[in-house]
Amino acid sequence: MRDLRLLNNRYGDDRVFDGCSIFGVMDTSGGLIGADVPIRAIDLMRDRDNGLGGGFAAYGLYPEHEDSYAFHIMYSSRAGQRETEEYLGEWFTIAEAEPMDVDPSALPNTPAMYRYFASPKANELRGGDTEQYVSDRTMKINTSIGDSFVFSSGKNMGVFKGVGHPFDVARFFRLEQYSGYIWTAHGRFPTNTPGWWGGAHPFGLLDWTVVHNGEISSYGINQRFLEQYGYQCSLQTDTEVITYAVDLLVRRHGLPIEVAAKALAPPFWSDMDQLCADEREMVTALRLTYGGLLLNGPFTIIIARKGEMVGLTDRIRLRPLVVGTQGNKVLLSSEESAMRLVCPDLDETWIPVGGEPVVARLGQVPTGGETWEGAEVFAGAH
Amino acid sequence: MKSYLPSVYVVERDPNRCIQCKVCVNQCTFDANYFDEEEGVVKSHEENCVDCHRCVAFCPTNALTVRRNPLEYRTNANWRAEVIEDILKQAETGGMLLTGMGSDKPYPIYFDHLLLNASQVTNPSIDPLREPMELSTYLGRKPERVEFDASGRVKTPFAPQIKIETPIMFSAMSYGAVSLRVQQSLAQAAMELGTLWNTGEGGLHPSLAKYASNTIVQVATGRFGVHSEYLRAPQIIEIKIGQGAKPGIGGHLPGEKVTDDVSRTRMIPMGTDALSPAPHHDIYSIEDLRQLIYAIKEATGYTKPVSVKIAAVHNTAAIASGMVRAGADIIVIDGLRGATGAAPKAIRDNVGIPIELALASVDTRLRQEGIRNQASIVASGGIRSSGDVAKAIALGADAVNIGTAALIALGCHVCQQCHTGKCAWGICTSDPVLTKRINPELGAERLVNLVRGWSLEVKDILGGMGVNAIESLRGNRLHLRGVDLTDTEMDILGVRMAGS
Ligand code: SF4
Ligand code: SF4
Repeated sequence: MRDLRLLNNRYGDDRVFDGCSIFGVMDTSGGLIGADVPIRAIDLMRDRDNGLGGGFAAYGLYPEHEDSYAFHIMYSSRAGQRETEEYLGEWFTIAEAEPMDVDPSALPNTPAMYRYFASPKANELRGGDTEQYVSDRTMKINTSIGDSFVFSSGKNMGVFKGVGHPFDVARFFRLEQYSGYIWTAHGRFPTNTPGWWGGAHPFGLLDWTVVHNGEISSYGINQRFLEQYGYQCSLQTDTEVITYAVDLLVRRHGLPIEVAAKALAPPFWSDMDQLCADEREMVTALRLTYGGLLLNGPFTIIIARKGEMVGLTDRIRLRPLVVGTQGNKVLLSSEESAMRLVCPDLDETWIPVGGEPVVARLGQVPTGGETWEGAEVFAGAH
Repeated sequence: MKSYLPSVYVVERDPNRCIQCKVCVNQCTFDANYFDEEEGVVKSHEENCVDCHRCVAFCPTNALTVRRNPLEYRTNANWRAEVIEDILKQAETGGMLLTGMGSDKPYPIYFDHLLLNASQVTNPSIDPLREPMELSTYLGRKPERVEFDASGRVKTPFAPQIKIETPIMFSAMSYGAVSLRVQQSLAQAAMELGTLWNTGEGGLHPSLAKYASNTIVQVATGRFGVHSEYLRAPQIIEIKIGQGAKPGIGGHLPGEKVTDDVSRTRMIPMGTDALSPAPHHDIYSIEDLRQLIYAIKEATGYTKPVSVKIAAVHNTAAIASGMVRAGADIIVIDGLRGATGAAPKAIRDNVGIPIELALASVDTRLRQEGIRNQASIVASGGIRSSGDVAKAIALGADAVNIGTAALIALGCHVCQQCHTGKCAWGICTSDPVLTKRINPELGAERLVNLVRGWSLEVKDILGGMGVNAIESLRGNRLHLRGVDLTDTEMDILGVRMAGS
């Protein structure tokens, strides 16, 4: 019999449906934030999850290994572990491999969790694109080696997630031992995916992570569009599709995240008149080219990568997102109460306009009501 | 020769209602109604009736009804009435049987086996009365990615793009096949709707030049009416290879229809038959198509998308891929049920494949080859409703063309007599008296009403699915489910069984 714990979508529906709570916090000066902040915030929004998935991503986790790719890998069998480790050994030089420090009593049916610090083998890489190399190998493990799943594969960051309330997932990973300058967190309310650890959020690829609340009604075409660029959406989750979309636009096509956001949630044609000519040209070019990536239907996402955390909602903001700032800290949350709990003295809070990205970067704190001009973004990014 | 053919219809005239006004006599173009001078009453030559309902619609006292002749042949699943009568017709006349409109045979209509999705609970539907709902569509080749320069200016060169406000356009119908007034109605409606009409292969009449910004012109095998101004005028230039109603067959506009005006527009002598050869005699293979596409692009300075229209046939997916690689910016696929002004019945009813299958396999193939972005896909041939429009777009079309539906809006009752030149509704004729039956102003209004109505319905369908842009439906086959289809059919359509 198939082990249902290994399946993301055991009913074979088109894909996974869920509702959720999301939270993100960043210290834009690079200062470290303890795990208790995201844990308490996400736990406050407990009625938005149903105990079937929770997770955290943190950046700035492994400064002592900042040049290695940190792999967080879950194994549900010894055979899977053996095969994956052989595969890793073939393609990577492994500096360190260790079981993660976990508390198995925190949750039922827990898999084995391992951490590796690895670098591509120079003779295999042959001067190719390192990130593409790591991304291809990660996808290979996730799609073709059984009983193994890579939670995250970026540098100086990591994903911790599992089936359970976020609070218990944090207990399992003994999360209080970690700190980071960005944390994102997720509590999940799936309707058709009862329990696969790999299917929880955040979803990670390289150092991208995405947490997501919503249901992408354009999933079918987003997935077909991405297939043309070599992405296999094997998990059938919206989060996976969003991560690949961002990876394509930002990493492979080199667009600043603010510009990529205009492809994912473009302004309405009817609002185009309000834009200046250059802006119109940009938005039109993006929409004509990436129309198949337009994320349609209700969603809020927090995208993070090295030095950057971005919040974005769909064009008509059908799912909640609140932003708060306090000094150098930027907070994003499904509900304002969670931000107030961990940071009672916020300087400013606001609800961003639908489709307008909220961008926090090292050295950059967003302000309420901010919109951007494409030219400025480029001037800043180059 | 004595005809052995029974009349197909019976015309019933209620004597208690008929006031002998002779309207039906004047309206009928097939001599099915006449006034018997001796008896002083209106009667019918029922054997001439084609069931076009023109008299029924105009009879002031509702005295008329037309029925199928109840006359039965001996029951035989093999030698059915139509089969017997076709043989009798040919025995009496010789030659090919000609017909008009699209195939009336009961081939599967896959649209009727596909069902659309809607949002419930896990995501909200969107109310098009309260929220913007976007149908705007850009036709033309798209790049694989966009690059910007350091100041945020678009660096990627874009091929010409044509914006339409709704993904519904009018099919090619040539002047000669339809009257100038019909073309005027189509052109005027296209302008009001922000969409496109298509000249067909009969040239562009000078009086329609003012609609240039809503016009597609065709370059077909006969090259009728093609000159430099003709290529400069429109938004899109379409190379017509084939037509769903008659794949592999050319056209024949009889000399009687080539009036002075038609002759000038087509640039052929008055009264001569306008014969469109079956193939383009400069396109015998795919590289020849490439040459014609680029000849047109050169001639127009790469300012207009070039479209290529083919009939849906067995290898459509492979052919479409070749067309895209040959430089077509738009490909139009015309299915088995597409209509025509005249075609041999044997071809119309036996050649081609349904549009749904052709469209699905073309979209899938172009995606597999990673070239779907390089051309827009337009589906035509049998689009009957907004539901069909939405389903065609979900299967992968950027837009659809409507021909028969547009003519029905103008009054056509699908009597399939277009080839006779006697269209009682004044549509498919060049008879100067009959063409007056279409008033271009009213015609345009009827067309605008139809397309507006459908567009509103498509918006409702989108909103119900929880999306607010047509891009999110295009090629999104997860929003379709099949009923009553085999696994192979669902596999080709790329959809799953309802309930799964
Ligand atoms: S149009 Fe009607 S009322 Fe007039 S003659 Fe014909 S059947 Fe009689
Ligand atoms: S266009 Fe005229 S002749 Fe042709 S089917 Fe319609 S009504 Fe009949």
